Amino acid sequence: MLKRTTLYHAHQKLGGKLIEFGGWEMPVQYTSITDEHLAVRHAAGVFDISHMGEVTVSGQGAAAFLNSVFTNDINRLTSGDGQYTLMCNEQGGVIDDLYAYQLSDGVYFLVINASRIDPDVAWLKAQAAKFPGELQLTDASHNYAAIAVQGPRVKEFIDAVIPGPSSSAKRVQAVTDLAKNQIAGFKCDNHSVLVSRTGYTGEDGFEIVGNDESILRLWDKVLSLGKPFGVKPAGLGARDTLRTEVCYPLYGHELDETTTPIEAGLGFFVALDKGDFNGRSVMVEQKAHGAKKKLVAFKMVGKTAPPRPQYPIVVNAVRQGVVVSGTQSPSLNLGIGLGYVPPEFARPDTAIEIEVRGKLFPAVVVKKPFYRKA
Amino acid sequence: MSTIPNDLKYAKSHEWVRVAGDTAVVGITDHAQHELTDVVFVELPAVGRQVKAGEACAVVESVKTASDIYSPVSGEILEVNPAVVETPALVNTAPHTDGWFYKIKLTNPAEVGSLLSPEAYGKQIQD
Repeated sequence: MLKRTTLYHAHQKLGGKLIEFGGWEMPVQYTSITDEHLAVRHAAGVFDISHMGEVTVSGQGAAAFLNSVFTNDINRLTSGDGQYTLMCNEQGGVIDDLYAYQLSDGVYFLVINASRIDPDVAWLKAQAAKFPGELQLTDASHNYAAIAVQGPRVKEFIDAVIPGPSSSAKRVQAVTDLAKNQIAGFKCDNHSVLVSRTGYTGEDGFEIVGNDESILRLWDKVLSLGKPFGVKPAGLGARDTLRTEVCYPLYGHELDETTTPIEAGLGFFVALDKGDFNGRSVMVEQKAHGAKKKLVAFKMVGKTAPPRPQYPIVVNAVRQGVVVSGTQSPSLNLGIGLGYVPPEFARPDTAIEIEVRGKLFPAVVVKKPFYRKA
Repeated sequence: MSTIPNDLKYAKSHEWVRVAGDTAVVGITDHAQHELTDVVFVELPAVGRQVKAGEACAVVESVKTASDIYSPVSGEILEVNPAVVETPALVNTAPHTDGWFYKIKLTNPAEVGSLLSPEAYGKQIQD
């Protein structure tokens, strides 16, 4: 039985086409992936992200514990800050990629992938059992619904949707006073919601986490107050094309338990100098001597079928790698993809071929990302 | 609501057939293009290829995924539509006319009799 978010009936009412994703029944699109994608690039879109998981970690030992299980340095955060980080096994393989926020001293809020809630919580609990410091760890996923409001015009109406000032975490007068990656609590009709200036689209925007009742109300409020600014409900289809254009990884595609953050090109989020953490020795080795595979971005040359996950990457008639994400880019109107190849083929401008239904089509390795906001 | 022209026969797998003597033109239905949305690429069979009814012989790619298209009838491919290859969006804007896929010489015209009528197809997509 698939799980349904609190917005399930709202999706039905809007004509959303529902599919299975990470054990959830979620809208893949309402009207068209391309329309929703372009709405987010040029105006605004709102996504249901209630399927995502939330974990709270608190206590005197919380920061030291999180620094031992995550790759990024949690001590760079002060209250109201967030960071992208990864959780790895002893071999450096990625268990999940996530956002970690510091809400107050010793209180952390983690937002994790829907499909990884069970493995993440099991791993965190096993690690916590070995940790000597004082620590409380709670899977709060079932307490929260969430939406993402993304696009260049969101800042024009979000303060009307959620009036300031904030009441916890970062102290600001208005939602739009938050800087990128900052988080604050706001009172909304007597409920508290957490708002962060983050997203998965490459555009400016906010993610809002709260209880079912507040998120239901905020979804409607975003659609009505955002209407003059062109806001559209957007599904997982557009979420995927948007994140692919900016080369953000999707767990199960770019990331899995046999792939390290270094191989995935996420070294920026690995603080090798912060002290020991799970998988560090493997990452040190890879950083010094190179990894066996590297994530590259590529564009198809000319008009071809769009690349898709699992298609072979061929160089000089030899299969050298595999596509992990691929689509027709609505912004570039061109087939784009991400794939793993040995490092000798990872340089931009390297000519490669993608095998589509038994035929080879030319492509070229390009610098990431495909798209950068104006 | 999807359009279901009266002069066509339909396959359960959402292709349409316009029969004229011993040849037929094949495309995908308005309902199918609604479901696929945003067609970005169409791959058609080679002219001269022999296809059997029910055989996958074309591919339609939307932003999200690639879908096989099955020939509703058996025969030899006589002609394919270059316009739909050049402008795949024709599948969305004119699925029953300019967005046609291929013309086929029927080797077993009796197969046409087992295709769905517009009424039967309409009922199928309602369920």
